[in-house]
Amino acid sequence: MTAFGSAAAHPDPTQGQTLRRRLADSDLWYSFRTSPVALGAAVMALLILTAVVCAPWLTHDPFDLTVVDIMDASKPPAWMADGTWQYPLGSDDQGRSVLATILYGTRLSLIVGVLSVLFAVILGVGLGLVAGFAGGLVDMVIMRLADIQLSFPAILVALLIDGIARVALPHELHERLAVFVLIFAIGISSWVHYARTVRASTMVERQKEYVQAAWLVGTPASSILLRHILPNVLGPVLVLGTLGLAAAIISEATLSFLGVGLPPTQPSLGTLIRIGNEFLFSGQWWMTIFPGIALVLVALSVNLLGDWLRDALNPKLR
Amino acid sequence: MLVFVIRRIVQSLFVMLIVALIAFVLFNFLGDPISNMLSSEATAAERAQMRESLGLNDAFYVQFTRFVANVVCGDLGLSYRLGHPVGRLLLERLPATLELVVCAGVLALALGVPLGVYTGLHRTAWLSHAFLAGSLLGVSLPTFLIGILLIFVFSVTLGWLPAFGRGDTVAFGWWTTGFLTVSGLRALILPSITLTLWQLALILRLVRAEMLEVLRTDYIKFARARGLSRRAIHFGHALKNTLVPVITITGVQLGSLLAFAIITETVFQWPGMGLLFIEAVRFADVPVLAAYLVLVSVFFVVINLAVDLLYFVVDPRLRANPGAVT
Amino acid sequence: MVHQPPLLEIRNLRVEFPTRRGTLVAIDDVSLQIGEGEVLGVVGESGAGKSITGAAVIGLLPEPGRIAGGEIRLNGRRIDGLPEEALRRIRGKEVGAIFQDPLTSLNPLYSIAAQLVETIRTHLDLRPQDARRRALDLLKEVGIPAAEDRMDGYPHEFSGGMRQRIVIALALAAHPKLVIADEPTTALDVSIQAQIIAVLKRLCRDHHASVMLITHDMGVIAEAADRVAVMYAGRLAETGPVADVIRRAQHPYTHGLMGSIPQLTARTDRLVQIEGAMPRLTELPAGCAFHPRCPRAMDRCRADRPPVVSAATGHQVACWLFEDAAAPAERRDG
Repeated sequence: MTAFGSAAAHPDPTQGQTLRRRLADSDLWYSFRTSPVALGAAVMALLILTAVVCAPWLTHDPFDLTVVDIMDASKPPAWMADGTWQYPLGSDDQGRSVLATILYGTRLSLIVGVLSVLFAVILGVGLGLVAGFAGGLVDMVIMRLADIQLSFPAILVALLIDGIARVALPHELHERLAVFVLIFAIGISSWVHYARTVRASTMVERQKEYVQAAWLVGTPASSILLRHILPNVLGPVLVLGTLGLAAAIISEATLSFLGVGLPPTQPSLGTLIRIGNEFLFSGQWWMTIFPGIALVLVALSVNLLGDWLRDALNPKLR
Repeated sequence: MLVFVIRRIVQSLFVMLIVALIAFVLFNFLGDPISNMLSSEATAAERAQMRESLGLNDAFYVQFTRFVANVVCGDLGLSYRLGHPVGRLLLERLPATLELVVCAGVLALALGVPLGVYTGLHRTAWLSHAFLAGSLLGVSLPTFLIGILLIFVFSVTLGWLPAFGRGDTVAFGWWTTGFLTVSGLRALILPSITLTLWQLALILRLVRAEMLEVLRTDYIKFARARGLSRRAIHFGHALKNTLVPVITITGVQLGSLLAFAIITETVFQWPGMGLLFIEAVRFADVPVLAAYLVLVSVFFVVINLAVDLLYFVVDPRLRANPGAVT
Repeated sequence: MVHQPPLLEIRNLRVEFPTRRGTLVAIDDVSLQIGEGEVLGVVGESGAGKSITGAAVIGLLPEPGRIAGGEIRLNGRRIDGLPEEALRRIRGKEVGAIFQDPLTSLNPLYSIAAQLVETIRTHLDLRPQDARRRALDLLKEVGIPAAEDRMDGYPHEFSGGMRQRIVIALALAAHPKLVIADEPTTALDVSIQAQIIAVLKRLCRDHHASVMLITHDMGVIAEAADRVAVMYAGRLAETGPVADVIRRAQHPYTHGLMGSIPQLTARTDRLVQIEGAMPRLTELPAGCAFHPRCPRAMDRCRADRPPVVSAATGHQVACWLFEDAAAPAERRDG
């Protein structure tokens, strides 16, 4: 709220322009274009994504046992003495190219990250919509649950769920389902933020006339929620989702590093770091440092984009 | 006010009960306590007898009540993996974790708040940008990676600081402390830095965001219009208003230090509760899992309660209207 | 007649807001004066630039606004463009300000006594006890009941009307000669509005302070102001003594404004409405800003912007209907 009026508030001469023109002209695009950080982050993210998608064409699958040669084990990166360009970033103790393992590992990290965020978003947005719209007992129950869960850090919740899964499922089934267990665990640990935001927005929207009009006409609640309210509450979810993606990637890496995430047979970056860590003291630093750098780059670019998005979409900063 | 406190305590107890229920379910229905305690050659009769003697055939609520009573008395069962009473194990490991957490927490606050205030007040200074960039890095770097990097630089390459363990400790009754020996203090350095970085970055960004928000308010504008000095406005008005909401979030963050301690302890092989917990997860040691869950909930619930009470003390609006926490 | 310089003189003020879509001119060549002990009402629709004018005087233009032309003189001394520290010393001591929303103008964490004492001691060299006594006097002046007992209370313990009185007390704590009141009653209940205006008037009279009363409410102007300036789209439309402007509005816009006030005594079937809306600052028409809505627009109005001319003594207007009154705006003689 400004104390002295806002006579010069940003004007909005968008009436009568096509959507494309409006997007190109919008504050969001302008903010993106002129922010070197956002551009840099986007470029980095794009590069990573391309590399990951093209992995099968760039290198052999390092987990294809027929390709790996154990005689090439523990070679240092190419620019050091003893290194060869066949293993640009060195090789690990099994003879796999670190570069290849990073590419495939990043792919897994991203998959788990994206899917767990999607899961959390669907769960959180769904519960938030229901809580905000229905109110009363339903709202209270959902919010109490959320409050209780919020008093525990996400990583702990994820660890507990993973632990429970480990106890409940027989060992080899757990190995095969590791990815899904992980997605479930991380998703469950992070739905609360989306639910709260969406609930707050839903409660605001619920009071508005277009909703009340639809309600009076007899439109079913589900229709109102999905077609009318949902589009209006998605803005903040986008920001939270982007930042949540970075957090999910880091969570997964952490769980894998702790040994309760993805197993060595389908390693993510976190698993790679853990395995490589054991060789740190014997001087073979590349096995853990390079996956580490890859992880940082991925998380950083997503975080930067999320940060920029939040500032750009924040009405108060305009 | 008393009503408020009582209500919060009741709420906390309720939460504890739910947690206890989850822990109990874990304890008794996931994984078979019998097969974990007897060898695989035990006969069916021996198993049945064991079940009876452990009271596993009693009704659910009877078992649950017994469980709660046990927990309250400190009897948390026996670890599957180690065979020792879980309570004793936790107590042994508690000092290590607590010392680490306290160190990291103090560091995070002592650095995070002033830096946050600085970057909020001097938005355009290059130092602000540097700190902000650093904080972004701090939030993007997973804790374990920071630990590994620190070990790589300071242990492996430079050899200045130890990479694992607690160093020498001094015992006071059941408490062991690393503060009183040189090697203990040296061992504390890298793990503390690792643990604190995430929190520090978070607190810095939080304080900064709050500061910027407060500087935009009407009462700050009015203060400027009254001709108050910059010092009075920044440190008298803005700072005080900034710190109030920061208190809650910091309280919760301090709680999450406990969770991140798990990671730090794993990286540095620090003999604390976190390491115990991870090993319990890896080996499906359910009693330890359940006990850890209960202990951690107590910790969090107490912290939340303390933060709520602190809020009360600090914000006069709440003293008049206890229900309205803005 | 003794020629006294006016307390506040704004000459040809121009305030710009550079945005990425081009530079917006929020105030375009506006000249105003306020004499000692005088209440000047500045009236206009939202976005007309009246708040910006007030902000410019005390140097608190919202980002990225800046003064791009003209001068502002306080007691003959230029205050636009002064460095921040010099401006700070003027604020509160020579020029006070009151904003619209009393609910957010006071710091919720400090007692009102503390806030008053702080303001008093910033500008006057008093011991804490004396400052506190002064604070108590101020609170009694603005009509806070049981001030002695309540002064250590917090803002949320007071109603909206009470809080605005406290705000007035704060603004006048250091005895400024000029008070800029930006929509002081807009956020209050109608029943309280009259009280607050009365308090403001009384205090400013007692402290010999002039007032720039910014509002969109003509009723408040009629009640409290000696002279009025009507603003439209960042420009001055008309200015003159209140009674004159109300009864003999010269500018078609002012005419429309007056006609839109429902009056108990007048016999009208419908309220006069002005067609259309005030243009956005990015879409200002050429010539006179009001011409698209003006029932008496001429070709001249579409092409050239009318200068401010004198329509009667002390009564100026910017409208081509008055080109015949020849002489450009004169300095108001004391």
